[in-house]
Amino acid sequence: MKILVTVKRVPDPESSIKVNPEGTGIVESGLKWVVNPFDEIAIEEALRIKEAQGDVEVVVVSVGVSESQEQLRTGLAMGADRAILVKADRPDTAAVAKILVKLVEKEQPTLVILGKQAIDDDSNEVGQMLAHLLGWPQATFISKLTFAGDKASVECIREVDGGMETIAFALPAIITADLRLNEPRYASLPGIMKARKKPMEEIDAASLGVDLTPRVRIKKMAPPPARTAGRKVESVDELINALQTEAKVM
Amino acid sequence: MDFALPAEIESIRVEAERLAATFGDDYWRAKDTAHEFPWEFYRAFAAGGWLGILVPQQYGGAGLGVMAAGTLLRAVASSGGAMNAASTLHLSIFGMGPVIHHGSEALKSKYLPLTASGELHVSFGVTEDDAGTDTSRIRTSAVRHGDHWVVSGKKTWNTKAQQADKILLLARTTPREQCAKPLDGMTLFLADLDRSYCEIREIAKLGRNAVNSNEVFLRELPVDDADVVGEVGRGFYHLLDGINPERIVIAAEAVGIGRRALDCATSYARERVVFGRPIGQNQAIAHPLADSWSELEAADLLWLKAAWAYDRGDSAGALANMAKLRAADAGFRACDRALQTLGGFGYASEYNIERYWRESRLMRIAPISQEMALNFLCEHVLGLPKSY
Repeated sequence: MKILVTVKRVPDPESSIKVNPEGTGIVESGLKWVVNPFDEIAIEEALRIKEAQGDVEVVVVSVGVSESQEQLRTGLAMGADRAILVKADRPDTAAVAKILVKLVEKEQPTLVILGKQAIDDDSNEVGQMLAHLLGWPQATFISKLTFAGDKASVECIREVDGGMETIAFALPAIITADLRLNEPRYASLPGIMKARKKPMEEIDAASLGVDLTPRVRIKKMAPPPARTAGRKVESVDELINALQTEAKVM
Repeated sequence: MDFALPAEIESIRVEAERLAATFGDDYWRAKDTAHEFPWEFYRAFAAGGWLGILVPQQYGGAGLGVMAAGTLLRAVASSGGAMNAASTLHLSIFGMGPVIHHGSEALKSKYLPLTASGELHVSFGVTEDDAGTDTSRIRTSAVRHGDHWVVSGKKTWNTKAQQADKILLLARTTPREQCAKPLDGMTLFLADLDRSYCEIREIAKLGRNAVNSNEVFLRELPVDDADVVGEVGRGFYHLLDGINPERIVIAAEAVGIGRRALDCATSYARERVVFGRPIGQNQAIAHPLADSWSELEAADLLWLKAAWAYDRGDSAGALANMAKLRAADAGFRACDRALQTLGGFGYASEYNIERYWRESRLMRIAPISQEMALNFLCEHVLGLPKSY
């Protein structure tokens, strides 16, 4: 079995993000970059399937700038078998989904695991678009994945509003990982050493013959307004009154 | 000339920082206060194979060089773990250096895999009260007794002796006055630290209190012939190989602590408002921080150059001493300035700076004092007459 896992290069969630003066994006210089945390969970899940089932190849894929190699190396150091970098200049989610379709056609994986969303723009779209374009079953926001005995289908528990939903479907399929699916491992030193010898294929997005024209245009980016100071109230009654008439939460 | 780091070194930095970040300041402050060995941290790095970074691959390690080890140790030092974190790994990584370079095949295949996996704890037993840097005057002696050796004497500053199964012990096997050279006639043993022949007393000290330092009193400790490291009578020379790499990684650790302190201080200076403006807007606060930043950058380049020279087989003595000298000063000064920036809060344990300050002070006296590093440069670089 082959599992394709997506890896996006995103700013370290610990770093402080500033919008650039032109309002077209964020200031990128001096930022630390990491693997999208939900993609780390996706990688971990693929590695656990490999460890449980044996004959599984885990391929990590990133669509983006050349430096995304670093994040793919982290995936390889964690234990993935090989990596594919599709070089593209700021593709939108639809373009990424179309690129992934081409890779799925080429690689023929049984399962594609994505993080449920990337923590940079929180779009939460690529997994769903990919499933639609391929016509494959999908399970988004999953917190548990179990293979059927014949390994031809899976059962997933999804974290949905108001509870848990259990669904089962035949493979091949698209899965997007939620926070509670697993706790990702840290790369070991031997893992890092082995990662350097694992194959990393580079593909130019333009060579895949897909329409990369952006469907989404960022008109303006602005930081959220700074929090203004709160107000002290004198009594419980005044507080209740303020919550009812001003905040309108009661 | 290319200042870009090898991709492997960059990966080591990234992954070591990620793992070290799971042990935050609260963890280290608690361990330091309670004088508790940081087992959780030790086991996490042992499980990731990090302790075998210098152990050759045929003995279960990664077989990497000093630049890789320095990168790992700088990463853990800059995580907030400071010297408590660095020393925890440092001892396992460097303690066995003489065995890697001079040990018999039997010794290596028996103990190096256990070093790489973290199962074996070794304390380093060279320093004595009356010898210090003048190692030829150690008084611990080993005498032949039938088919084995018997060691008696007292060692001091034995790091992690409380946990150690073994001690790498330097002892006189020929009296000093009978040797052609004062540094001849000493032998290195990888001895079992058998508690029935020794007493271990912890030394109360300024900082790095999660990792114990001890006095070890040896009373007729028996040591097998098989546990002699290298040649009998050549023990001091076997230790020499480890001196330069140790100075290089100590420099890396000092840079790590200094950067951590500076990060805390600059965040504080941006946010702390006094007299209607952030204190970082005052040059009396800002300039020292910028100055320390540049000092740490310079020290970082120096240890990296020393590591690069050592790893390619060049004599790195001058670079190693200069890196240690510059980094120890830059690291301590950064911590001191950070403490000044935080004012009273810098003195409070809760803000962690006082812990960095106490621990970074150590680099100016260990593994060699700043003065002895200067003496090395006077004699071996400037060609001045030896002063001691």
